[in-house]
Amino acid sequence: MSQDITKQRYTDGKPNLRRFHQARWDEPIIFELSRAGQRGILVPEVEEEIRNVVGDVLAALPETMRRKQPPKLPELSQPQVLRHYVRLSQETLGTDLNIDVGQGTCTMKYSPKVNDQLARMPQMTELHPLQDEETVQGILEVIYRFEQILKEISGMERFSLQPGAGSAAIYTNASIIRASHEARGEAGQRDEIITTIFSHPSNAACAKTAGFKVITLYPDEDGYPDLEALKAAVSERTAGLMITNPEDTGIFNPRIEEFVKVVHEAGGLCAYDQANANGILGITKASDAGFDLCHFNLHKTFSSPHGCGGPAVGAVGVTQELARFLPLPVIEFDGQRYHLNYDRPESIGKIGPFYGVAPVVVRAYAWVMSLGAEGLREVAEIAVLNNNYLLKRMSEIPGVSAPYAKGKRRIEQIRYSWKALSEETGVHSEEIGLRVADFGVHYWTSHHPWIVPEPCTLEPTESYSKDELDEYAAILAHVAEEAHTNPELVKTAPHNSTIHTIDHTPLDDPSEWAMTWRAYLRKVRKEAN
Amino acid sequence: MNKQKPTAYPYIPNSVPAVKEQMLKEIGAESPQGFFEDIPEKLRLKEKMKLPKTLLSEYALKRHLEGILEKNKTCREYLSFLGAGCYQHHVPAVCDEVNQRGEFLTAYAGEPYDDHGRFQALFEYASMMGELLNMDVVNVPTYDGFQAAATSIRMASRITGRREVLISRTISADKLSKIRDYCKPEIEIKLIGYDFETGQLDLHALKAEISSETAAVYLENPSYLGFVETRGDEIARIAHDHGAICIVGVDPISLGILTPPAEYGADIVCGDIQPLGMHVQFGGGQAGFIATQDEERYVMEYPSRLFGIAPTSVEGEYGFGDVAYERTSFAVRERGKEWVGTAAALWGITAGVYLALMGPQGMVEIGEGIMSRSRYAMLEIDKIKGVKAPLFQAPHFKEFVVNFDGTGKTVAEINKALLMRGIFGGKDLTREFPELGRSALYCVTEVHSKDDVDRLVNALKEVI
Repeated sequence: MSQDITKQRYTDGKPNLRRFHQARWDEPIIFELSRAGQRGILVPEVEEEIRNVVGDVLAALPETMRRKQPPKLPELSQPQVLRHYVRLSQETLGTDLNIDVGQGTCTMKYSPKVNDQLARMPQMTELHPLQDEETVQGILEVIYRFEQILKEISGMERFSLQPGAGSAAIYTNASIIRASHEARGEAGQRDEIITTIFSHPSNAACAKTAGFKVITLYPDEDGYPDLEALKAAVSERTAGLMITNPEDTGIFNPRIEEFVKVVHEAGGLCAYDQANANGILGITKASDAGFDLCHFNLHKTFSSPHGCGGPAVGAVGVTQELARFLPLPVIEFDGQRYHLNYDRPESIGKIGPFYGVAPVVVRAYAWVMSLGAEGLREVAEIAVLNNNYLLKRMSEIPGVSAPYAKGKRRIEQIRYSWKALSEETGVHSEEIGLRVADFGVHYWTSHHPWIVPEPCTLEPTESYSKDELDEYAAILAHVAEEAHTNPELVKTAPHNSTIHTIDHTPLDDPSEWAMTWRAYLRKVRKEAN
Repeated sequence: MNKQKPTAYPYIPNSVPAVKEQMLKEIGAESPQGFFEDIPEKLRLKEKMKLPKTLLSEYALKRHLEGILEKNKTCREYLSFLGAGCYQHHVPAVCDEVNQRGEFLTAYAGEPYDDHGRFQALFEYASMMGELLNMDVVNVPTYDGFQAAATSIRMASRITGRREVLISRTISADKLSKIRDYCKPEIEIKLIGYDFETGQLDLHALKAEISSETAAVYLENPSYLGFVETRGDEIARIAHDHGAICIVGVDPISLGILTPPAEYGADIVCGDIQPLGMHVQFGGGQAGFIATQDEERYVMEYPSRLFGIAPTSVEGEYGFGDVAYERTSFAVRERGKEWVGTAAALWGITAGVYLALMGPQGMVEIGEGIMSRSRYAMLEIDKIKGVKAPLFQAPHFKEFVVNFDGTGKTVAEINKALLMRGIFGGKDLTREFPELGRSALYCVTEVHSKDDVDRLVNALKEVI
């Protein structure tokens, strides 16, 4: 071969951007693949002896309770079902595939494959939650051991792993705060929860759902939550503070201890949303700042895969004083055996069925065991190093800025702003994000409201190499340049994705929206069900 | 040497010292410590955390975890008749194959472009559930059936503007605990009794309790105690006559043969999809669904994501997106409906695969097969002296109450003895339903053969 192929892959010593194109199977809706009579799986036949004894069991049902027509499910053979779903999987950009630093706040880190293997052992998957405790000592041990680990990481006294993800944990904390004030006879009086605008929306929404009024603090000029505003907000009505730190800006609130003190002095409790804990593992503990409650997302910080949005675990940790309110049951260890303790009269009760998503706990436990104290600190340091390195690369791109805390270091993520670029070119952050997808990576703006104009939130975690961070920054630099040279190209993106620009109008129009295929057939194709 | 720190961590690319140094240099920082300068000295850990000894090699880690997990005894090694909200059904291989795909397993919150497949798979899940339920709107899964029930009740309260909900007393104590906690600020829960002979909801009590304050009547069918509520239509009518909403919790795997609640008047249907392709996994396979008809006043009260189908700029291309996103807490924080976040999406995709594999005929056959086996088990167990099965005179689906009052033994004693014989007996109901005496809730599904049931019956005979 005379031609050196590698040469054409680099310009000025740097790798060219990928000529990416996502899978585009143009896959039909599964109902369109249906042909009458096809079967995807056969179910075990009822044995003749049973049939002879029981006869026609359906005859026992009254007419009103007997389904008249089989459900109109699609009829497919097994290989068709498999191909359909594997195609759809190929049209989904999992973290396993991409430099997933663009889904800021989500902590898209590597989920080790060995942990998946362990979570799929039959000694995990084939356990019924109501088995005799003697037969589930192994899984109870894993959950108990992991609780001890979280206690050391946070400084809290007890944990519950029952909540089904971060928001469920935030809700659990709100419910515990409510129960605690009830126990003190202050239930009617303390009806306000204070949070910050750069804390996850669920801090506000869960507090509201739990019956509280919500007070939201905005950042001061430096991007820190406003301490004076907090002092003005607290009163004898304050039930608690629910706050993230570092917030989604990646700025650590250095006055956090004072925040906690102000709320405590007013008689409120403080809950620490540790969704952003990845950059502070082994650096600082929730208990040191005086928090009463906290939560971790095991599917974020502790590496369990995100699963398209769950299953997950939101681990709730509390002080000794609040431990009596934790969901039922808690796991105890008497030195010999593990058991589930339901004898807790002041508990808020059940948050979900059973004990939470055990295979997620198995993965999280395995992840910590593979890293240890040194490794967890390495995770935090590299996540922060990566973030500040990416900040350096981003600062070389004209038109983007990192608002607030000028010249300061950030923890594990940053909410950038494309305000300047947008003013110059008319291209918006969301459009940049869709163009970025043409190069095989994600990009997330932020939760509404957009306090930071034209936002873009990047969180590099510890899982990406220097070269990969360079590649992500090079994609953004390229798209920013396109915004100047060819804004239409950016505005009409994506071009290399699975599909093209979606017309969102039917999704907000009750006469047209269709959340199921049957609704679509009825409303758009005017077919009777 | 007890090594606690390697030269480079396999999961952390930039842990290589030379790379770290180069990056620090480019940033103009001396060490990573400087990045934490905003964290007050007082709050910074002075010592290393006290965590267990690190298992640096993958092999050592695997051996450690296997060693712990192998202490468990599984429902494969033991013959299990446990249900009560978590069910042993056959999990088709293709379900596992699809939910183990790294693309799905590790995806999260991408756009409907780069994550088109995730959107389509969840739209199709909702569409197939819609056929099973005969309803037009199904949410992207919430955490579990408990949350689905609690949210359905709060939706009903918002829709009607009323603050009282009537619930059948045969609900599980755990689910009721969840509902009470979740509804506490807004809704008063009142329990309606049941007929001790048949298990059926007491319609006289329902009529006496229902009023213009009632937001909803919530019942389950099949009930938590396994029997079928045969008068769902009458209950729905009573609810509607008083301007209340009828909510029915349902086991989706029963719907190949049982009437979908919407057909007897349910306005909101909810439940748990764990039976549709999820392993029992110690209760980690639960995921909740909520379904309604396509009416704006219902749709706008869902807190969950709802994925809808939409055209794109290319003719004939399917696109998907969030329906009425502005109702969610993602969009408007505390002004949204309850809250939304990560929940159990992968199990939704898996349940879609399950329904696609089963098809209409599969769902009919599995329903009938389960009912036949559980009926056989009831008949055989009932023959044992001092034992009554089922306790309630009513049709049952896969679960049934077995009463041991005539044996002189407690359920705990019986279950211990069964355990010695390699059998997990039914869930002890003695504390949850003291009025039922010494009773246990047994579950029989398509995974149980005649031999399995006969083995249980013989063991019970020995034990009693």
